[in-house]
Amino acid sequence: MSFFSYAWDWVTTSANWQGSDSIPQQIIAHLGYTVLPLLIAALIGIPLGVAIGHTGRGAVLVVNLANAWRAIPTLGLLILLAVYLGFSILTWLIPLVVLAIPPIIINAYEGVAGVDPDVKDAAKGMGMTPWQQVTRVELPIALPLLLVGLRTATIFVVATATIAAYIGLGGLGRFIIDGLASNDYGPVAGGALLVVLLAVLVLALFAVLNRLVVPVGLRKQAELGRTE
Amino acid sequence: MIWSWIPQNWSLIWQLTWENAKLGVLSALYGLIISLPLGIIAARWRWVYPPTLAVVNVVYAVPSLALWIALIPAFGLTDTTVIIGLTAFSLCVILPNVVEGLRAVPAPVRQAATAMGYGATRRLVMVELPLAAPVIIGGLRVGVVASISLASLGQLIGVSSLGYLFIDGLQRSFPTEIYVGLVCVIVLAVICDLLLVGVRRVLTPWQPRRQVALAQWPGLQRVALRRGAA
Repeated sequence: MSFFSYAWDWVTTSANWQGSDSIPQQIIAHLGYTVLPLLIAALIGIPLGVAIGHTGRGAVLVVNLANAWRAIPTLGLLILLAVYLGFSILTWLIPLVVLAIPPIIINAYEGVAGVDPDVKDAAKGMGMTPWQQVTRVELPIALPLLLVGLRTATIFVVATATIAAYIGLGGLGRFIIDGLASNDYGPVAGGALLVVLLAVLVLALFAVLNRLVVPVGLRKQAELGRTE
Repeated sequence: MIWSWIPQNWSLIWQLTWENAKLGVLSALYGLIISLPLGIIAARWRWVYPPTLAVVNVVYAVPSLALWIALIPAFGLTDTTVIIGLTAFSLCVILPNVVEGLRAVPAPVRQAATAMGYGATRRLVMVELPLAAPVIIGGLRVGVVASISLASLGQLIGVSSLGYLFIDGLQRSFPTEIYVGLVCVIVLAVICDLLLVGVRRVLTPWQPRRQVALAQWPGLQRVALRRGAA
């Protein structure tokens, strides 16, 4: 049997949808692990990226640091914190925030730094204060790339929240880790399929968000200007 | 931190580091090898790119662990499973950079090459690819760093990597082992990253150093070129 038949059989077994630790509960737990780290990473990453993009100060350093930052293995950090802190919120929160920050900073930075210099000059020439230049001109133009950064971060976090189960937490990883431990491929495949579906749902959500908030003229640029 | 643990387990650490490096570096290289022809096609025939990018975005969203799990029935709990999954991931990072890099070659440069009698293939190899190299290598850097880091997850499906030190460290509640694993993964990734910076300097000696630092990033490269043209 292939991956899909295993996954399909497991997902469509009604017993898996009822009781404690059922599929709906673990999906909710998984989303719980996703939202908070993203919020925190956005609160740190967006202002920082925008500030660097606006001033141009520290750009080379941050851009290079962000790449090395990606090297931090989330599983290792998670386990290290688990050994010291046990089951505290910080144990899963810190690794996921660490994971989500680089794509948010890089894209916020690129979005703002990439604003046409003529447009920036025009904003300045109209007598806008630096704050007005950022909030009224640079941020709206940077919005498509900002969304790309948030989307990438969300996908990373949804994918990686899976391994929170390794230290005994809930979420869709529960099925994968438990299944692997007991050599039962059904829940492993089913859990993996659900994580993929969740990630694709995130893509769709951001596509809709893009349509809602980004001005038409900027959309094309966002589609082609993808950076991770 | 129990320092004496490190020399006592030197051969284990070395072996795991080597295995982790092999998984990560091979995946990034395969990703590059597949990206180059695909990217060249997508840069030349523009209509190919949007659908390719859509597929790439979806594949990129598939978690590595989930992809490995899907590959288990075909390839088992082996290096092959891990490498195929990570190759798909690196491909998604590198391919857009190949296309962006080739497209960013200024039209006058291309026309000059043609006027000098370069055919399409020679122009691609001698002019366009070298000019796109910084952007392509920028993508490769992200690919190799992420692959090395993700390869440590391979241990979850039983494929030997530095992730072993995390898992064993957790089971024994032994932080030293976890620290060693973390440091090894990060150092390994940073070394590969720096090696690629070196490769880029060798391949593109015409670029002034400061501009090179900026040109590693595709967006900046685009910006730099756009500003240069204006």
